Amino acid sequence: MTTATARGQEWRRRLLLRNVAGVAAGVLLRLAAAAGIAALVLLLVVVARDGLDRLSWDFITSYPSRIASRAGIRSALLGSLWVVGLTGVLAVPVGIGAAIYLEEFAPRNWLTRLIETNINNLAGVPSIVYGLLGLALFVRAMDLGRTVLAGALTLSLVVLPIVIVSAREGLRAVPYSIREASLALGATPWQTVWHQVLPAALGPMMTGVILALSRAIGETAPLITVGALLFVPFDPRGPLDSFTVLPIQIFNWISRPQPAFHQAAAAGIIVLLAVLLGMNAVAIAIRYWSERRRQW
Amino acid sequence: MVSQEAPGPSVQVPVPRVEREALRPPSEEEAVIEVRGLSAWYGPFRAVKGIDLRVPRRRITAIIGPSGSGKSTLIRCLNRMHELVPGARVEGQVLFEGQDIYAPGVDPVEVRSRIGMVFQKPNPFPKSIFENVAFGLRINGYRGNLREAVERSLRAAALWDEVRDKLGQNALRLSGGQQQRLCIARAIAVEPEVVLMDEPCSALDPIATLKIEDLMRELSERYTIVIVTHNMQQAARVSDYTAVLMMDEDRAGYLVEFGPTREVFTNPRDPRTEAYITGRIG
Repeated sequence: MTTATARGQEWRRRLLLRNVAGVAAGVLLRLAAAAGIAALVLLLVVVARDGLDRLSWDFITSYPSRIASRAGIRSALLGSLWVVGLTGVLAVPVGIGAAIYLEEFAPRNWLTRLIETNINNLAGVPSIVYGLLGLALFVRAMDLGRTVLAGALTLSLVVLPIVIVSAREGLRAVPYSIREASLALGATPWQTVWHQVLPAALGPMMTGVILALSRAIGETAPLITVGALLFVPFDPRGPLDSFTVLPIQIFNWISRPQPAFHQAAAAGIIVLLAVLLGMNAVAIAIRYWSERRRQW
Repeated sequence: MVSQEAPGPSVQVPVPRVEREALRPPSEEEAVIEVRGLSAWYGPFRAVKGIDLRVPRRRITAIIGPSGSGKSTLIRCLNRMHELVPGARVEGQVLFEGQDIYAPGVDPVEVRSRIGMVFQKPNPFPKSIFENVAFGLRINGYRGNLREAVERSLRAAALWDEVRDKLGQNALRLSGGQQQRLCIARAIAVEPEVVLMDEPCSALDPIATLKIEDLMRELSERYTIVIVTHNMQQAARVSDYTAVLMMDEDRAGYLVEFGPTREVFTNPRDPRTEAYITGRIG
């Protein structure tokens, strides 16, 4: 020992090892983060290379066709918008209502705990199972047939647990002190929820809701089960029309042998991604607006 | 025991707020709120027990005592905020203008609109300054001119001059002291008879604290104020009456002393009070 503060030889050797471990961990973590981004970039590059040339206004406004160069996604895009729009109309009020009840009003007892556990489990049920339920319940028992409405009801079941869970998280993010402040002014519990808690929770809630609908727009399996058509040369005009959706149309084209259809599929994927990004942009805009809003 | 040689209270006792009229003992003053045999539980845990207290009208009553002695629990029982905690319950009576607020058929919403509350941490709504004050008026069905009522409340809370040009600004951008005065403005906008303040200055710096204390003195011309504080100097500075809570061996808080603030601080009847205000009980 030369000085009182110097550590021993053994300690210094271990310090080297410790620093090496730190550097190695940093490298591995960067690789892990890069893997996700690389996958996304690769997807975008491949899809853009195959589909960008095929993308045109005609592609969006044309019906599908046996002739690959003329095939378009008009009916599938409209079908997706119809189904997801209706899913939103059905699932969002019910989901937010359930979330408000569970978070703000429900007593903490075994029944509400049972309901909560169930909702969390339902969020993990494979969507094809909901497809089978929709087929039995909406298509057959309620005799809705292979319609937009039957598809939307089925997708509502798929996204409902997600809507409830994300809406509850949004409500939970509102500090309890806001509720106290409102109640202490003589607001009823409902006035407190309606005027203070919901507006404060709107941003995160809507973000969750739109992400749930983004999932709905990509769902394929339950809609195939419910009986979405593969070839729709007409516009769906109402909830009781038959329909197809973008992912099914893309799936259909990819399963064809002709490379020209594969290009159409890639172009369809670009449209699907654009719709998804558009929805997410709306989510961000709503959040921004709800945070900036002045109320008088 | 308090002996003649016992050291005097370490707290500088200022002249009580009401110098003109001799402060009568609380039992002789007209009470707005009268607490009788109050106990409050959180689940199986009893936080306060057997509280008897008369809150005199248009006076400032301070509730002091060591941490865990149930000060906040007690004040929350006075406008039925305590029961909002799951599993919480109350026994005993709280007479407000002679009527038990815990009697069957009494709507807690009405109680809270007449007995307002200001909390430990400023908790403005994440909305505009105007909207913060207007909310209570709206939900209580105020029919007059909303702008005038908001201005009146902000003036009464000594905040108007600082915010008159930015009523549309988000309240969260105000400083902590301004936020707390906004919360006071919001509470008095609905014209309560009593304003409960649960450690309203504990999150504020000394200057903001002094402003709130001045404001409390002004407000006590019109309102009855109950303030919980762990700051004994503050109780001595602002209050007319002081109630002292202590924690018993079962960890429940109980009232050891209640009287005019000057008497409680200069000549406490209970040795535990003296031990507390001289700093021997933390």
